[in-house]
Formats: sequence, C-alpha cells, structure tokens
Amino acid sequence: MVCDFCDKKASVFLTQLVDGQMKKVRLCESCAKERGVTDPTGFSLADMLLGGGTPGAKPNPQQPAVISGGGKQCPTCGFTLDDLRRVRRFGCADCYTVFRDELGNILRGMHKSPHHVGKVPKGQMEQHVRTQRLEELRTRLDQAVTSENYEEAAGLRDEIRQLELFADPQP
Amino acid sequence: MMRFSTLLKYPADWMVGANADNSVVLTSRIRLARNLRRAPFPGWATRDQRSAALEVLRPAVEALAPMKDGFSQELVDLNSVQKQVLVERHLISREHAARGDGSAAVIERRQTFSLMLNEEDHLRMQAIRPGLELRSAYEALAALDDELEKSLEFAFDPQLGYLTTCPTNLGTGLRASAMLHLPGLVLSDQIGQVLQAVNKIGLAVRGLYGEGTESLGNLYQISNQSTLGESEDTIIRRLERVISQVAGHERNARAKLLEDDPDMVADKIGRAYGVLRHAWIIDSKEALTHLSLLRLGSDLGFFGHETMQLCDALLMDIQPAHLQLHSGRKLTPEERDSIRAEIIRSRLHSLPPPDIRPTTRNGENTNNPEPSGDA
Repeated sequence: MVCDFCDKKASVFLTQLVDGQMKKVRLCESCAKERGVTDPTGFSLADMLLGGGTPGAKPNPQQPAVISGGGKQCPTCGFTLDDLRRVRRFGCADCYTVFRDELGNILRGMHKSPHHVGKVPKGQMEQHVRTQRLEELRTRLDQAVTSENYEEAAGLRDEIRQLELFADPQP
Repeated sequence: MMRFSTLLKYPADWMVGANADNSVVLTSRIRLARNLRRAPFPGWATRDQRSAALEVLRPAVEALAPMKDGFSQELVDLNSVQKQVLVERHLISREHAARGDGSAAVIERRQTFSLMLNEEDHLRMQAIRPGLELRSAYEALAALDDELEKSLEFAFDPQLGYLTTCPTNLGTGLRASAMLHLPGLVLSDQIGQVLQAVNKIGLAVRGLYGEGTESLGNLYQISNQSTLGESEDTIIRRLERVISQVAGHERNARAKLLEDDPDMVADKIGRAYGVLRHAWIIDSKEALTHLSLLRLGSDLGFFGHETMQLCDALLMDIQPAHLQLHSGRKLTPEERDSIRAEIIRSRLHSLPPPDIRPTTRNGENTNNPEPSGDA
C-alpha cells in the first residue's frame, strides 16, 4: 500500500464523509503530517481532495479560470459555475450575488434557515436600505419623466439628492 | 512586537485552567470568520491579491488595543516546527499552517486572542477561555470585531449575513466550541449514547485526536454546525445548555463509578500513575490515555488538585512539535517517544502515589475530600 501523494509506504488511512460520500485516502507519515491529517480539529478531507490551499495537491488554479461549460462567471473575480461545483466554495463577495440561484441548493439542510439573524456590521444595514430606496426612487423618476409628470419628477429628484448626500463617503 | 520564544515561554491561563473550573470543560473557544468586501477570498486570490489584502488587514489587526505588544508574524517567516507548535496550541489552524505567502498570525500576549489573516477567509479570529465561558469569550471577540469594522469594510449581505469562502460558515460566521474531558462517560460506556444525543440536535462532536467517537485522552469537542438563521446569542445559549448537561452527566458518571466499582477506578488510576512515572518509551496515544486517567484521579481526590494543571500542561507539551521545539532539533518518532517519557517522568517526579482513600467505601470519613497526598 503506497501513499496517494508520494511513493512511500502508507501508514495513515483516512475515511471521511464528504458531501455525503465516503472518501478514502492513504498517506505516508510525512505526507500525513504535512497535510495536517493527524489533527481532526483543523483538517478536512474535502480540502485535500478539492485542493483548498494545501501546497501538494493542486487542482486549485492560481489564475482565475477559463470558462468551461457552466456558463455563468463572476465578473469581479472570474469564478465560474464549474469552479463552484468543484470546490463548493466561493471566489469573492460578489459571487454570492452571481450564483444566488445555485446557492439555494447548496444551503439546503446546511443551516437552520437561509436568512441571516444576528449581528450586522454597524452602518451596513442602513446603507443597504438606502441603496434600495434610491433604486426605487430612480425608477419612479424615470417613469415620471417619461410620462412628463415634471412636478413629481422634481420632488423625486430632490429626495434622491437628499439620500445621495448621506451615501457612503468611500465608494 | 513579541518574539516567538517569548510567546511560548509560559502556558496560557486557558491551557492549565488557571482561575477556572476546568475539570470537565477544559476550554471554550469562539471563532468568527470575516472577509473584506472588495478582495477575492484567499483561496481564489492570486498571490499579489493576497498580499494586497494582507496589507489592508494587518495594520488594522495590529492596531487593536489587546494586540499591543502581541505576536505578529507572516507564516513564511516561521519554520515548520514553529508553525506546528502554534497548531498544537490551537492558536492557528492546520490549514493556516499549510498556507505560506500572504498569510499571517497575530496573537495576543496571553494567547487569549489569535487572529489568522488570509486563512480560508481573510480573517479568522478566535478567543479562548478556560472552563465553560462561551458567552464571555464571544463578547470579548465581538468587541474586537466592532473595533475592526471601523477600519475595514467586511463582506456582508442583508439576507446571507457575513459572507464567507465556504457556505458552511455563512451568516454569523460563528463557530463556538468547547473541549470536554469525559473519562467517566467512557468508562461507564455511556459515551456513545450521550454523543449521539448531542449530534441529533445538530451539534458536531469530534474526538480531539481521533475521528468519530473514538477519541484519545477521552477528550471531545462539541461545536455548533449551523451558522445561518440563528443569532449568535441563540447559538451560544443552546451550546452552553447542552454542554452543561453533558458535563453534568460526566460528573454523575464519575461519582457513580467511584461508588459502584471503586477497585476498578483505583486500579486504572494506579496503573496510569505507574506507567507515567516509570515509562522510558511512550508514544502520544499511550501518554494521552494515562494522563487522562491521572487527570480524572486528580478530580476524584486521588491526587491534589494541582495535579490537574500538571496534566493539562503535559497534554500540550508532549505533542510532537512541542517536543522538537523543546529539544531544539528534528526528532525521529523513536526519539520523540523517549523524550516524551523523560519529560513526563521529570514533571511527575514529586507526585506522590494515588491516595486510595476516596475508594474505601466503608470508611466513615468520606467528609474529608482533601487527601493529604502522602498516603
């Protein structure tokens, strides 16, 4: 029995449930140590199989990937749907918007509910509410202008300016 | 900034249960995951992007009041033994230790807070306390988080909460866990049942040094799995309730063992004492098994209470990287086993043999819980 990562004799045998599937890996002592297999507090077989940051096994590309099927891609970081399916992790904060549809499936059964309850960074909630309100006002402004309702448009424009004054100073 | 050797000179209070009841719940740990709003997550970022994120994170973290005079190092500047020692002390994760470029660890002087920069998430911050202290640990860490929010913009979504690399951490980004010593439940064969019940209510249980229900040193870790859809308060409250219950079961099991089968208990503890005092070659598994019994013996009054601290310090110090750091060189597994035995013998050198009085059932003076220690 040889190690899955080098040709030395395997002495560590690991079985773990990853995404509901039984995965087995054989390692020699030095590979096991290097990969942190002997410490279950910080080790996940998924990371090793999926290459989540371990230096040896490298399915994880350094460069944002080429699109291979899947289609969808995050415009901010280049993460694709295929990447998501492969590593079950996300590339950046914007990925959560891009892949919102797929997230539903991933989250099923994972957490208590798919809606956050708990701490909110100070200021960010207000900012979010403001952004939504601005969007709504802008849509209504467009409609008012199209229908030549200039009195309403003027009022909306003033309200938008007011809100923009409070907008986050750092873009 | 603090040097590595200074950081590790003394065990942290939480490691030896100073000023806390840690006879069943050794430590409480809170971890929060946070990411920068505008940088790709570390696992996906290029080397340059990771360095750029570090340049934003590190000054903010080092400026935190508790980190004054703390330890701050990029992982590439530490050698593999040093990194491994930090892992064994639970100050950084295995995964973090395996990362190189652009990752750093910032650790508070007394090792009660440690922050990992560019781990799986941009920021993994953790607070550790001795005993069952999840709430106070969370409050302390939340204060650091509040402070950081003033200078860093974290990735947050009103519906999904704090955004993390892995969706298993979404929402609160909170992992609360406690390490428990459960020899009573193991010896009385109730451990499977208890752990299954804990698992059923959606909490994760793992042996500290082994997978599944098999654990070394009778050490188990209980933590929350769900991070989204419940507030930090709810998560911590449930966890504290469950852990208190498990600890209660453990205390009952210990008392009952002593009552029902005092000879068996005395035999186990006596043998553990004998092996640890006289072994010349001992691997970690055997050492952990016996130290666990010695620790139990200390709680049951076979040894003075200070023996528990001795055991807890040893649990940390006999791990492979700690041994190598101690010896100042790389050791073969055989050398480790000899040095491990040597360290244990020297630390237990003045420990008197177990006082078997707690097991003498007919003795009327059971109202004397403090053994004199020189039986």
